Parts: sequence; C-alpha cells; structure tokens
Amino acid sequence: MSDLNKLGLAEARDLLRKGETTSVELTESCLSAIDAADALNAFVHKTPEIALERAKAADARIAEGDAPAMCGLPIGIKDLFCTKGVDSQAASRILKGFKPEYESTVSQNLVDAGAVMLGKLNMDEFAMGSSNETSVYGDVVNPWRRGDDEAALTPGGSSGGSASAVAADLCLAATGTDTGGSIRQPAAFTGITGIKPTYGRCSRWGVVAFASSLDQAGPMTKNVRDAAIMLEAMCSHDLKDSTSADLAVPNFEAMLTGDIKGKKIGIPKEYRMDGMPGEIEKLWSEGAEMLKAAGAEIVDISLPHTKYALPAYYVIAPAEASSNLARYDGVRYGHRATLEAGDGITEMYEKTRAEGFGPEVQRRVMIGTYVLSAGFYDAYYNRARRVRTLIKKDFEDVFAAGIDAILTPATPSAAFGLGEMTDADPVQMYLNDVFTVTVNLAGLPGIAVPAGVDKQGLPLGLQLIGRPWEEGDLLNTAYALEASAGFVAKPSKWW
Amino acid sequence: MSIDQSTAAKVAKLARIKVEDDALPALASEFNTILGFIEQLNEVDVEGVEPMTSVTPQRLKRREDVVNDGSQQEKVLANAPDAREGFFAVPKVVE
Repeated sequence: MSDLNKLGLAEARDLLRKGETTSVELTESCLSAIDAADALNAFVHKTPEIALERAKAADARIAEGDAPAMCGLPIGIKDLFCTKGVDSQAASRILKGFKPEYESTVSQNLVDAGAVMLGKLNMDEFAMGSSNETSVYGDVVNPWRRGDDEAALTPGGSSGGSASAVAADLCLAATGTDTGGSIRQPAAFTGITGIKPTYGRCSRWGVVAFASSLDQAGPMTKNVRDAAIMLEAMCSHDLKDSTSADLAVPNFEAMLTGDIKGKKIGIPKEYRMDGMPGEIEKLWSEGAEMLKAAGAEIVDISLPHTKYALPAYYVIAPAEASSNLARYDGVRYGHRATLEAGDGITEMYEKTRAEGFGPEVQRRVMIGTYVLSAGFYDAYYNRARRVRTLIKKDFEDVFAAGIDAILTPATPSAAFGLGEMTDADPVQMYLNDVFTVTVNLAGLPGIAVPAGVDKQGLPLGLQLIGRPWEEGDLLNTAYALEASAGFVAKPSKWW
Repeated sequence: MSIDQSTAAKVAKLARIKVEDDALPALASEFNTILGFIEQLNEVDVEGVEPMTSVTPQRLKRREDVVNDGSQQEKVLANAPDAREGFFAVPKVVE
C-alpha cells in the first residue's frame, strides 16, 4: 500500500487493527516522506531508530490483540517536549546538546498509548513567535503556496514545524503547545485541525516552560476525529504538575455524534476588527450559517474586554517567561559562553544568556523583568492580572447565559510570507494572536478547524471556544462544522 | 512612560543579559513600542477586581512530606557544561 503517510490517525488505526497494514510500513512511509522534505525544515531531530523499534513493538502488541488507543501510529513531537535521550532544545541555542534524562508526561502518555515518535519538530524559540522565524534551526516553510508563486510562506508559530509536518503528510499527527495561539494559528495557516484543551487537562511536566499559567499542550491533526483520539491519549492527571486537573478524561471520540441541534453558538461582536479582510469576515458568516443549518442557534454575544487581551498577555506572558527562563544560566545544562580571564559568575550569566537567547526571547525576558521590577509591579503586572480576571468573567457571563460554544475566526489573515514582517515592529507580529489569546487568558478549550481557502488558494480556519472541561462537546461542534465545511484541499507537493 | 537608554541598560543587567552599548538605543525604542501597546490597560476600570492567581478554581494539592526521588547525581550532572567530582563547576564566586 502506498502513501500510508497520507492517512490520518483513525484511518491508520482501523487498517492496523484489520491487519491490512503494519506499524513498520506506516513508519517507513513517514520516514521516507520526512527525508524527502528537508526543504520544509519541519523535522529537526530525526529519530528513525527509535521509530522503527517502537513500530516493531507496536506490531507485536497488535498481533497479540493488546493494542492501546494509538498503537503503532507514527507522530512528530514538538521540540518543546523533553524526550529521554533525544535532543530537546526548544529551538534555542541555549539548550544546544541538551538530552533530557526523563520523558515529559504528555510524550510518555503517548508512548504508553503505543504511538511511534518519528522525531522532534521545529518551532519558534521557547515557543515565542507567530511565524516560526525565531528558531535556532532556521525558518519552517509552509507546504502551501500562493498559487504558482514560489515565495516561501510561514506555517505560523510557534508550533510551525508540527503544522507543516502534518499538512505535508510527513507524519499522521503531531504534538503542539499553545500559550497564546501557538497550536491554533499554525493549524489555521496550514489547513489542519488543532485543539488547545482547558488549562490543566494536559500535564506541563517535562514541557519546557514559557508562561506557566497559560501553557497547554494539545494535538495537531488532519481532522477532528484524530484530534479527539490524540487529545484523550495526551491528557492525564499528573502528580508532577500541581495545576494538572484531577478529573476523569472522557472518551472524546465517542462524543463525536455530529448532532448539535439546539446548541447555542455565540458570535462575539468584539471580534469584528477594523481592517479585517473581507474573506475572513465572509468565512466567519458562512461558518455561522453552517452551524445554524446543522441545527444550532446562533446568538450575538459581547465579550467587552476582548480589546485588552493582547496587552494583558504581553505583560503576563513575558513576566512568567522572565522567571521561567532564569534557569538558563550556563550552569546546569546547555550552552555556556567562553569566558575571558578575570570573568566572574555574573559575566558568565550575562554572556551565556546574550549568546544563547535569540532577539525575540531576549526582548520578552527583558520586558518581563521590567514589568516585574520594583515600582512597576503594580502598574503593569498586577493591573494585567486584574484585567485577566475581567476577561475570564466575560466568558463566564456568556456561558452562564446558556452559550455552549463561541465561533470566531482563527487568525486575522491567511499565512504571510517568511520575511514579510521582518521590518514591522514587534507589536505587529503579536496581532496574529488577537483571536486566540483570550482563550489562554481564560484557561478555556479552543479548536481551530480548516473551513475554506482564500482567493490565492491558502487555507483559512475558524475557531470554536468551549466551556471549561467540555472538550468533548467542543470537539463534537467542531466535527459538525468540519462536516459542513467539507475542507479537503491539500497543498501541491513542490518540496 | 518612556524608557531611556540607561533604563534599558538597567533592565538588561537585571535580566542578566549582556547588551552592548551600541545596541541600547534600538532596545529602548522597542521597549517603548511594546510598553506603549501595554499602556492601553490603563483604560480599564479595575477598581475592586482581584488579580488572577489561578485560571481554574482549584486549590493546590498537598502531598505527604516524604522523600520520593533522589540518588540521581549522575543524571542530574549529565547535561552540565562543566561538572567535576560530582559538582557543577562555575567561575569563582567568593574571593
């Protein structure tokens, strides 16, 4: 059977269980696709030996009739996840050569579910970026192009390698992480599905920390069913993460009925931004029409503090990052600068961090340091945390009024060209997350579903935001939207 | 509020990131752009609003105060840029 790498998780699982293919065949198909796709720069640490070893073990388990949920399914892992004995450097120079002695809880859960790791995926450095241009490994390239134009486009960020790899069929699915939109924006830019679960669903243990009160892992997949399967495998209550939720993880796939009759879908008026491209606006209205046709009730709602989400995020996330990244000091792991005679420990810290962190990471660490510094803590950090309380309350109010899910665009534009934003000020890049960042601040689940293409043929996504802990219901609404949108376009292979 | 070069230098020092003097004007300018964006938060009435401490309503769990890990010196040191005789080695800290 050829083109096994093009399968999704559910399809491949069903073929494996019927004995119509093997995990080794699936894995070899993906490994060949990966080797032929270096132009995309998605996989940055390939692990074919680990992959084939796990694939053989998976085939043995399937033969014994002992196959867990993701048994034998080859996936990619974002470089932010610590994987035992395998380079895990968060796309940063400062973690060059770091090989963890432990496995993150999420990637361990996937191993336990039988999944096969193909390698580590490129990303923005420390997950700070929206275009995958801050990586020490270089830019990731989106497999999609604007028609015949050969200009390289961004896959989005920070989970750009994951998005590009899934869209280009280098793997069946991939892990991502999302602090302000880093799963949903790249998913939208590459025509795939990505869900960020409720804060606390996935353990953060062993995931390199960016902003601990916002970070969540989630799956990036070829369709909604696959997202349900993989999310369930990733979630768990974990004593090693004190914010991990002590809640049972439902069978999300079983909740995909496609029946959304009577569901109330909110359309927030504040997401109708000035200067929003007509195509995004049109897609959004069409999405609402599709859900209505499927039996949902469309309700206009208001989330009054939406405008303040990005500024609050750009206080809170850098503040937490400046604390989290203090550990990179050249002592315990990673890069240490070469010192000159007479240099003391302070010079070691300063030179190591100047050499090890890229410009965007340095910028955010310093902004965080500033907003937390004496005299500014109240004016910036505490004010931002108060605004965050109000943003969360906006959502609580609409959910209390009976709204089941909220429909918004996923991004303010389609994928833009690599290098196009180089001369823009940092805030212009931050605006990419305008529709997604509210969800992290409120700790809610959010999913991006591909819903159409723009006039240049690039994919566009819609976002659905759900009630806390109700990922199953959210996935089901996304499943209905996916069925109506009927998005089947794929990038033409040029790499 | 505007950040001048000396404030930018002070922030870099606090963050323990070496910034060359000739890079300070551009850095100060970027800070001002970002802080200008953040200043929008001053429009919000936050009177009587509690700063968020936990996004999900949960109490942090307590665990038994027992040793549950340890004796992993080799693993702890495995990734150190400079480890000697079972310790992390660093430049002289105390004269």
